[in-house]
Amino acid sequence: MTIVPEKLDPTFVPPGCKPIITVRNLRNSFGDQVVHEDVNVTVCRGEILGVVGGSGTGKSVLLRSIIGLQTPDQGEIHVLGESMVGRTEDEAKNIRRRWGILFQNGALFSTLTVAENVEVPIREYFPFIKPPLLDEIASYKISMGGLPADAGPKYPSELSGGMVKRAGLARALALDPELLFLDEPTAGLDPIAAAAFDELIKSLQKRLDLTVFLITHDLDTLHAICDRVAVLADGKVIAVGTIPELLALDHPWIQEYFNGPRGRTAAGAYEEGAVA
Amino acid sequence: MAEVTEHDDDQRHGSVYRVAGALTITRAATTQREIDGLADPLTIDLSDIDRMDTVGAWIVYRTVRDRGAKVIGASRDEVSLLKQVGEFDVPTRVVPDVPHNIASVFAELGKWIAETGTTLVGLMGFFGATLIGFGNVIRRPRRFRVNAVVQRFDVVGVRALGIIALMSFLIGVVIAQQGSVQLAQFGAEVYTINLIGRITVRELGTLMTAIMVAGRSGSAFAAQIGTMKITEEIDAMRTIGVSPVEALVLPRIISAVVMMPLLSFWAMLLALIGGGVFVWTSLGIPPLTYIQRLHDVIPPTDLWVGLIKAPVFGFIIALAGCFQGMLVSGNSEEVGSRTTTAVVQSIFLVIVLDAVFAVFFSSIGWV
Repeated sequence: MTIVPEKLDPTFVPPGCKPIITVRNLRNSFGDQVVHEDVNVTVCRGEILGVVGGSGTGKSVLLRSIIGLQTPDQGEIHVLGESMVGRTEDEAKNIRRRWGILFQNGALFSTLTVAENVEVPIREYFPFIKPPLLDEIASYKISMGGLPADAGPKYPSELSGGMVKRAGLARALALDPELLFLDEPTAGLDPIAAAAFDELIKSLQKRLDLTVFLITHDLDTLHAICDRVAVLADGKVIAVGTIPELLALDHPWIQEYFNGPRGRTAAGAYEEGAVA
Repeated sequence: MAEVTEHDDDQRHGSVYRVAGALTITRAATTQREIDGLADPLTIDLSDIDRMDTVGAWIVYRTVRDRGAKVIGASRDEVSLLKQVGEFDVPTRVVPDVPHNIASVFAELGKWIAETGTTLVGLMGFFGATLIGFGNVIRRPRRFRVNAVVQRFDVVGVRALGIIALMSFLIGVVIAQQGSVQLAQFGAEVYTINLIGRITVRELGTLMTAIMVAGRSGSAFAAQIGTMKITEEIDAMRTIGVSPVEALVLPRIISAVVMMPLLSFWAMLLALIGGGVFVWTSLGIPPLTYIQRLHDVIPPTDLWVGLIKAPVFGFIIALAGCFQGMLVSGNSEEVGSRTTTAVVQSIFLVIVLDAVFAVFFSSIGWV
């Protein structure tokens, strides 16, 4: 049994932290298969929290529970000060307005152009915003997502994988969210595009004062942009902390993950980059 | 909320737009309308706002950009946000440009003709690929996918029995009922049996079954293969060395060709039973007499006419379904449109062929 110091315990709330997401005693199961046994995690306002875990440890299920796409067996979830469990559609709408979600494969509406995709949330919540203002806002968000100006009138099937993610990010940013959920944002991108995407997220986070909940497998992303990292294993969050803090733990999975060949390379590269 | 101060007394000084509170997306529409209503030269006073988001900043930015408005009272954060949104100012385009003029009508027409031509050529190519697939399977019978074919038999044939039975039975009843009403005017109600017997066996049994199979299985073929196309399963098959024509198309075509005559026969039978039930209950003709009469009035060639058409229809339906499925590329919406096209095409072709068959059989004397 790994001994986790109090500071890294997932229920520990760092001093000065204003919790924006609080998950307590979450349990999720599909039939006989228990995915989450006792998951706790706190996300503070203004931080980028990375969530890591092996395949099948329920990272995406955790995300789906937090954003209300999956009803948990038990547990409490508070997002932006409101409980997410057992609320009506109308109540949930007020919270949905305040967050943005980038799904793993973009989840762009395939029959709409990129610009129209970005306009969907705006039209839904603010029907009085009309073109040309609406179109200008969409173009501006697309440009903020790092896409060239000519991407607006393109359909998702005409975009490359990296552009789909950027378009998804532009749609997630449409309503100026306080909270951004990213599900494996750099998966499937080449290292250059992935690094550029990390950079984009970091700069947007600073600029727009975002809180980011980020699921990733990408060690470079973890090193480059995450303030804290939550490790999901054995049906719960084992520990939450900075990477050096986590490395001090003797949990086998954490050691293997961060100290494996890929983990060391990523850490080395990041340190070199930081020095230079 | 927003306070607007307008100096109407002196047009040269223009107007001042003073915003208080939050300048965010929530108030974007109102803010824009209020700004639009003010006269130039415009001054925007931001000294009383306590929150501004990117949309609010954008509205201020575009007013400055388009109308040369002056911004006063902005704090350092607000100035930097205004600068930031300015960095992302790009030409606005939402939908692809579509020209609307006479030339575009001709262009559309030309495109449509070209596409139809390509589709026809493609269909012939697909027909050829199917024949080659058949040839390969015949030369190497071990490549024949028995399990896949049997599974398709079940889906296309066995599972359709219920719905086809119900449909045919009701059609039999309706023909008998409508026919008897008309024939009663000549006192020739007994000829209702001729009507039921000949029309269901020769025409309707096969035709209605073909329409049902096109709707049930032709659409399913297009949707299944189309979805596999989008998820790159077809590409995966090719790279592994499995021929999609042999693995996907042949089992479906064979099952449709084999099942169509069987289902058609089933449909004829049920339609005759439906008609029989009607003439028994309404016209008082007992079942034995009914069967005897059917035997006398239906020439054996009628059954052949019905059954010879069936496998051809089955082939056309399966071919159109698989072909449209294979044409899917791009997004999920295309699966839907290709499926629709597959059903429309196959039903249309079935009816055209039915007419051709009718002429052919009459000319060889099977009337």
